[in-house]
Amino acid sequence: MPATLHTGPATLDVTALRSRFPVLQREVNGYPLTYLDNAATTQKPQQVIDALSHYYSHYNANIHRGVHTLAQEATEAFEATRQAVQELINAPEKEEIIFTKGTSESINLVAATFGRTFVGKGQNIIISGMEHHSNIVPWQMLCEETGAELRVLPVQDNGELDLADYERLLDENTALVAICMASNTLGTVNPVKEMTATAHKQGARVLLDAAQALPHSLVDVQELDCDFLAASAHKMYGPTGVGILYGKREVLEAMPPYQGGGEMISEVTFAKTTYNDIPFKFEAGTPNIADVIAFREAIAFVKELGLENIARHEAALLKQATEGLQANEGVTLVGTAAHKVGVLSFNIDGLHPFDTGMMLDALGIAVRTGHHCTMPLVARYGIEGTVRASFAVYNTSEEVDRLIQAVSRIAQRKRK
Amino acid sequence: MSSIKDIQNDIVEEFALLADDREATLFYLMELGDKMAPLPEEYKKDENLIKGCQSKVWLHAEMRDGKVYYQADSNTDITRGLISLLVRVLSGHTPDEILDADLDFIQRIGMHQLIGSQRSNGLNAMIKQMKLYALGFKTKEASKENG
Repeated sequence: MPATLHTGPATLDVTALRSRFPVLQREVNGYPLTYLDNAATTQKPQQVIDALSHYYSHYNANIHRGVHTLAQEATEAFEATRQAVQELINAPEKEEIIFTKGTSESINLVAATFGRTFVGKGQNIIISGMEHHSNIVPWQMLCEETGAELRVLPVQDNGELDLADYERLLDENTALVAICMASNTLGTVNPVKEMTATAHKQGARVLLDAAQALPHSLVDVQELDCDFLAASAHKMYGPTGVGILYGKREVLEAMPPYQGGGEMISEVTFAKTTYNDIPFKFEAGTPNIADVIAFREAIAFVKELGLENIARHEAALLKQATEGLQANEGVTLVGTAAHKVGVLSFNIDGLHPFDTGMMLDALGIAVRTGHHCTMPLVARYGIEGTVRASFAVYNTSEEVDRLIQAVSRIAQRKRK
Repeated sequence: MSSIKDIQNDIVEEFALLADDREATLFYLMELGDKMAPLPEEYKKDENLIKGCQSKVWLHAEMRDGKVYYQADSNTDITRGLISLLVRVLSGHTPDEILDADLDFIQRIGMHQLIGSQRSNGLNAMIKQMKLYALGFKTKEASKENG
């Protein structure tokens, strides 16, 4: 039962855990930093920063083929992260975890290998209207190349998907369903377990974009039964430049390699090259060793706190922020799904999101503004963008109050 | 009509009153944008959009009695405030005065630190476009005289 592994302590001591994030101690524009841009990237705890420095200071070496001590230490540390990821998402085997640069590369890898091999003319791919550009564009490119059809599941006004619409779109020619577990713009948590089961009945494979889900909830690939799952380390307190792709062994083995180079081969002659086994078949070249190694500390960090505790804490912050902003005249929330991760999009009436973002920054509050790489979704709501506050485990109720008060002040000023 | 230099000095004095208070400075910029004469709808067309701005900025220029007059608008309040400052400084001057203008008030009021590098690039694009209009009018006048 992975759930019990992630339970953590009974309560979270947020003040204590904030002290483990050096950047949270700084000021911005004369105010204490209120960092509410966690859906873009989270801050890093000291243990992740230390792991990077320790690797370069003590055992920097290229991995997998060295016989010397440093190479063996580095290889062991690198592979230990693979195992930690396997345990985190409850994958059956560690060979089913592939390291990439990030969620975008994970999705592109599937499009370039699985896509080119198993998706052709007459078939279709289903995505939703709330996808990040990185879960739209690779499929558009694949469809242009292969002649397959891209089908888009529309988003309802409240930011939810309609499963009846979904079943209408699915048919026996659906090769793949690629969908986000949680929307980076709206926060909506999609019913991906049911959607995966429905897709499998039609023989379609399913890729889940877990970039916004992994930091906030228990992700269990065996329970979800997805064929692929993509996520990024840096949105979960880990370093930038590391992504993961989970794939079921049978599917990964049937797929051709992604890029050619070192590591991914078994034997090379000028006549013929035979490829390495998974996961190495998909990891050509020297990987991002230091950051992968440090990612293990981020996983240790969330396990120590407990993903359930993290989710509960963030849900409380989201509720407080939602109620506080809703109470403001002149503030419109965008995305009001019943089930959300800690992502809250809004606009101050009559004010462009860029302006609201700059005003908040003047008060030391970091939020994201604009289309959040979901231009079709933003267009669907007929707006130019949103202001997005997104929460992590180190955010406090006082910080949410600061946001609510600042927004209220800007909105009042705007109405004058 | 005050000189470009005098207008810039006035602006620097006004911003000095805000004493590096970022919030107050941004509110003030937004107020300046609100007060700018509205751009007639007919000029809010795509060919009047300034390229290189993240926000939408429309700029219209015309020549009357040897002087260039600018009108502008933006879809964001702070950017409207920024372009209103440029309009205030440059509008109503001759093409040569505009082309020769050293817009040091931007640096003197610490605008780059306030608005960041992306918006600073946008601001530079606005200045470039305004000077291009001045150059265009100057060339047109010269060819009329020669023609």
